Amino acid sequence: MRGALVIFRKDLSIEWRTREGVSSVLVLGLLLLVVLTVAHDAPPEAAPALAPSFLWATFLFTGLLGVQRGFLLERENDCLAGLLVSPIDPAAIYVGKLAANVALLAVMQLFVVPLVGLFLHLDLMPVLPALLVVLALGNFGFAALATLFAAISVRVRAREVMLPLLLLPLLVPLLIGTVSATRSVLAGGLALATDAVTVLVAFDVIFAVAGWLLFAYVVRD
Amino acid sequence: MRRLLPVVTCAAMLAALYLVFMVVPTEQQMGIVQRIFYFHVSSAWMAFIGFFLVAGASAVYLWNGSRAADRLAEAAAEVGVLFCSLVLVTGPIWARPIWGVWWTWDPRLTMTVILWAIYVSYLMLRAFGGADEAVNRYAAVLGIIGVLDIPIIMVSVRLLRGMHPAVITRNEGGSGLVDPWMRLALLVSAVALILLGSWLMQLRARMGRLGEELAALRRQEEARHGEVA
Amino acid sequence: MSGVGIRGAENAAPPLVAEGLVRAYAGVRVLAGVDLTVETGETLALLGPNGAGKTTLLRVFALLLRPSAGRLTLFGVDARSAPPALRRRLGYLAHESFCYPDLSGEENLAFHARLFRVPAARERVAALLAWAGLETAGRRPIRFYSRGMSQRLALARALLHEPDLLLLDEPFSGLDPAAVETLQERLVALREAGRAIVLTTHDLDRAAPIATRTAILHRGRIASVLDGRGADDVAAAYRAVVAGGR
Repeated sequence: MRGALVIFRKDLSIEWRTREGVSSVLVLGLLLLVVLTVAHDAPPEAAPALAPSFLWATFLFTGLLGVQRGFLLERENDCLAGLLVSPIDPAAIYVGKLAANVALLAVMQLFVVPLVGLFLHLDLMPVLPALLVVLALGNFGFAALATLFAAISVRVRAREVMLPLLLLPLLVPLLIGTVSATRSVLAGGLALATDAVTVLVAFDVIFAVAGWLLFAYVVRD
Repeated sequence: MRRLLPVVTCAAMLAALYLVFMVVPTEQQMGIVQRIFYFHVSSAWMAFIGFFLVAGASAVYLWNGSRAADRLAEAAAEVGVLFCSLVLVTGPIWARPIWGVWWTWDPRLTMTVILWAIYVSYLMLRAFGGADEAVNRYAAVLGIIGVLDIPIIMVSVRLLRGMHPAVITRNEGGSGLVDPWMRLALLVSAVALILLGSWLMQLRARMGRLGEELAALRRQEEARHGEVA
Repeated sequence: MSGVGIRGAENAAPPLVAEGLVRAYAGVRVLAGVDLTVETGETLALLGPNGAGKTTLLRVFALLLRPSAGRLTLFGVDARSAPPALRRRLGYLAHESFCYPDLSGEENLAFHARLFRVPAARERVAALLAWAGLETAGRRPIRFYSRGMSQRLALARALLHEPDLLLLDEPFSGLDPAAVETLQERLVALREAGRAIVLTTHDLDRAAPIATRTAILHRGRIASVLDGRGADDVAAAYRAVVAGGR
């Protein structure tokens, strides 16, 4: 897994150089949240109840656009082949890219979550630790599947539509789990969310392992 | 085997239709429309079988590159989506007279929709992913991931608050069947639809093989013309 | 270029043995049964018209593509079981540079050095940047490199881990005559240090001076193999193969 670390650091250096991924993901997150809030146009008393769904819908759609970048940058100059001729295990590529995506999505979450509190008149501070747990579980589960499928989608035709098409149905259970957990956490803390958290943990573990095992079949010809 | 399957399927279908419409007594609470239940549940079972076959055939294909396995995966996915669609159509037909609504987000129905969407996206990947043979591998990966999602979907949909909680208890499994004729009808319907599904898969897989042979012949012809020119 | 000496002493297996390699793509046989052996200290030039399968063959050699049929044995090891250590003995130069446009030449080489676990990486990277004539340019993102500079960087990347078998796809493309000559000298030096080299090229004149053997690939098969002859002989043989059909 040392190879994974090398790849992770390389992705971070490239991102640091251009800051393209982070900035587009932050702006998109903001825009999406604005669109949702304005479209829903809820009265102030009803607004806080919308927080879980707005948070995760924004995360999902912004995330879909954000994770493509990781593999698009490997397409220029056929860099992925450069990784495949080296001694590192293809699974290490998956882990490295997964880590990079988790980092990118975490930055997006740290930006979007306060905005949700702001736009929907909700005080998130009291439940912050529990909320962070749910955010982390949702982030990791999303990234586990999205990293695998982003590798697929950059190599097929109809690329832009293919990633959401393939990922969204698979992510519905994650969405259900995160929204339910967030709602419980906002109502009274992590204890109420045990069922949902179990679903999330199961999702994360199953798909991280599946991604780790199946990734080689996607990239090796 | 190839000759036998259609014959047995037709016989089973006739038996099922006879049992469901002629023999089985009318259910007390739901009335005549309840008869659709036998085909609704059987379709669901066939859809699941189809999806598990996709995963199994996909795994074999990834392991040893077997063309037959890949063709079976594609056929099973199409048949699975077909039967899943039947579930989604017969469900509302059954629901409307009984619950008064065409649709509800109860766990079973939600799960069916998600599963349907996953395997429809599988078919779209195959249809629109391009001509590269690698697409078959990607579809195989998706086929396996889809099946891995099934248990998680089943558990997560229970977290949904839904609209008609009372509905759940009434159609939880076919276990509410007391009448032995009803149990027989369900069994025969299931057998009939599974046979039908198998027959369709067999035909579709054969169609796939013939398509590949045709394409190979066509390419040989083109190559030959290229040489002459 | 600091030579490492001939490593082949303990391992007598030839660097590359290809037997009946077939590679089909969308039903078309790009490689239709390639048989080839490359010995230590050889420089094999692979010639062929466009579409003959040169790039595909090299990618199969580089373990990037799996053959549909046939067997590839590298240093006595079957390619199908290719352990990571085997990849360390291969160096591959493709049409693409495998380098990230936003990173500098130095950063790209450092990254690949880490991938290949090159010992004393920093010194090695500096040495190769000098070898490629990119000491100053090494700090700039390669997005700004000329074609020739990219090519030299890509070559440096392929040599970074001192591979025993070099697979070079059109190494002279994009290089001006002076750079071509320098590269030829360096390839000869590598051969004398015990490396095996397989290179593909369109240009007979550039390959002939350094090739110990020339193989002509035509319609997915090796049509003929010539021992180190002059460019004219090779050209004649090449025309014969292409005109003769098969």
